[in-house]
Amino acid sequence: MSEEKMITVYIMGKAYQVPFGLTIMKAMEYAGYRFIRGSGCRAGFCGACATVYRKKGEYKFRTALACQTTAEDGMYLAQLPFVPANRKEYNINELDPEKNVLSEYYPEINRCVSCNTCTKACPQELDVMYYIQAAIRGDYRQVSELSFDCIQCGLCTARCPAEITHYHVAQLARRIYGKYQLKVPEHLEKRLKEIEEGKFDEEIERLKNMSIDELKSAYVQRDIEKIPRGEVSDE
Amino acid sequence: MDIELVEIPKWNCCGAVSSLTADDVMHHVAPIRNLIRVIEMNEEGLVNDEKRLIVFCSMCFNVLRRSNKRVKEDPKFLETINSFMDEERDYDGSVKVMHFLEILRDIGFYKVKERVKKPLKGLKVSAYYGCTLLRPRGVGIDDPEAPSIMEKFIESLGAEVVDNPYKSLCCGSYHTVGGNKELVAERAYKIINAARERGADLIITSCPLCAFNLDNRQELTKKIHPDFEHMPVLYFTQLMALAMGMESETGFDGNYIDPRPLLRERGFLEG
Ligand code: SF4
Ligand code: SF4
Ligand code: FES
Repeated sequence: MSEEKMITVYIMGKAYQVPFGLTIMKAMEYAGYRFIRGSGCRAGFCGACATVYRKKGEYKFRTALACQTTAEDGMYLAQLPFVPANRKEYNINELDPEKNVLSEYYPEINRCVSCNTCTKACPQELDVMYYIQAAIRGDYRQVSELSFDCIQCGLCTARCPAEITHYHVAQLARRIYGKYQLKVPEHLEKRLKEIEEGKFDEEIERLKNMSIDELKSAYVQRDIEKIPRGEVSDE
Repeated sequence: MDIELVEIPKWNCCGAVSSLTADDVMHHVAPIRNLIRVIEMNEEGLVNDEKRLIVFCSMCFNVLRRSNKRVKEDPKFLETINSFMDEERDYDGSVKVMHFLEILRDIGFYKVKERVKKPLKGLKVSAYYGCTLLRPRGVGIDDPEAPSIMEKFIESLGAEVVDNPYKSLCCGSYHTVGGNKELVAERAYKIINAARERGADLIITSCPLCAFNLDNRQELTKKIHPDFEHMPVLYFTQLMALAMGMESETGFDGNYIDPRPLLRERGFLEG
């Protein structure tokens, strides 16, 4: 077995030797850190593992998902366990989509100076600044489309000089868009009706009584239903 | 009129106020970013060799032109902005920020006149410039003391110009969103009454905020001064659409004081 190549990373300022090729998360674990918060899916989906770092000799303050980014020699690492952000309380049924609800609940969006720091911080490579600009205009559709892949990691929010909580704004926009502006897709209505009519009751009962092994093999052998593309579009 | 306007694909808010603080770089980032978009539009072939950025709102115009002027006059300042926006191409000062009225002036108001289908003969129109279209000198589009560009515009539509000594008196601007709406209502009272005394039927302006202050604030003006008589306040392009026979584009539904009864009475609108 060939010898493992080791690299040096600095975790909160202290040097550690870790094998090359690990993600930042695994490198920290290798060094002895245990993730109680700041880790979830380990697959780039949950947004729990927001991390900040600098590379050796570079002025850039970088942001990433710790579970998705490979540790490099000379990196200075620190994990962000949590990004404080206030989410406003609202009742989605009582909002008036004719008004700019986003500006009403999160008036600080109007403090945006278009510095683009949020966009640069986003590990999902979303156009965060532009969805905030769309939010200022009350364009729910634009915000929803641009923020669709947001995993709420909070990195934009941690970096914004205008103290905006981007992902909460975007979530509210998507909820309004979904509730008031988007047509309910046909296949969803159809399926809901089927459920109500009890079409799947028998199958659910069968699943409930399966052993773990039976469930596993049923999962592997499952059919994935194809939905024709046209049916999921909102037009 | 042989011009086609192409919207910037991804524009951002200009900031709506031009920062005068010498060391405030941040608030010039937003306007300059929009100017970079114009250069990109040229590179991407959305426009050909066209660096004019046409702005309708007087406030946006003022902010964009001021930042542009500042970076052109101060290369160090531009360098700071460029190095801050390290994800963008550098701005080189080559974009020209212009108000739509300036474009009409350059094309020639006689050309506007040629396009008029329904001359607004007998309609008495007073121009309201406000602040940001004219000031400061060197940024404004006309003589700040004795402007005439809007009057020429009014004439080209076949209407009659009514002068107003308060045409560049500040409308109260952002006081309208703060706790001083009364100040704005009083300004509206002064400006509108001066136009009325000289016989105006309506007022036009090129700033959406002035338009809001002079139009929507009339509700409060009337409360403070029960003798006050309402007057329609139009965005200048609304009057242009009317004179050019594009009634469906006039957008009069958005006006607080509905100009349609007056325009119908004078025969400029059907029904
Ligand atoms: S938009 Fe913000 S919260 Fe969402 S993924 Fe990007 S950086 Fe994370
Ligand atoms: S980081 Fe904040 S201020 Fe800067 S562009 Fe994004 S939302 Fe605007
Ligand atoms: S742990 Fe879920 S995205 Fe990294």
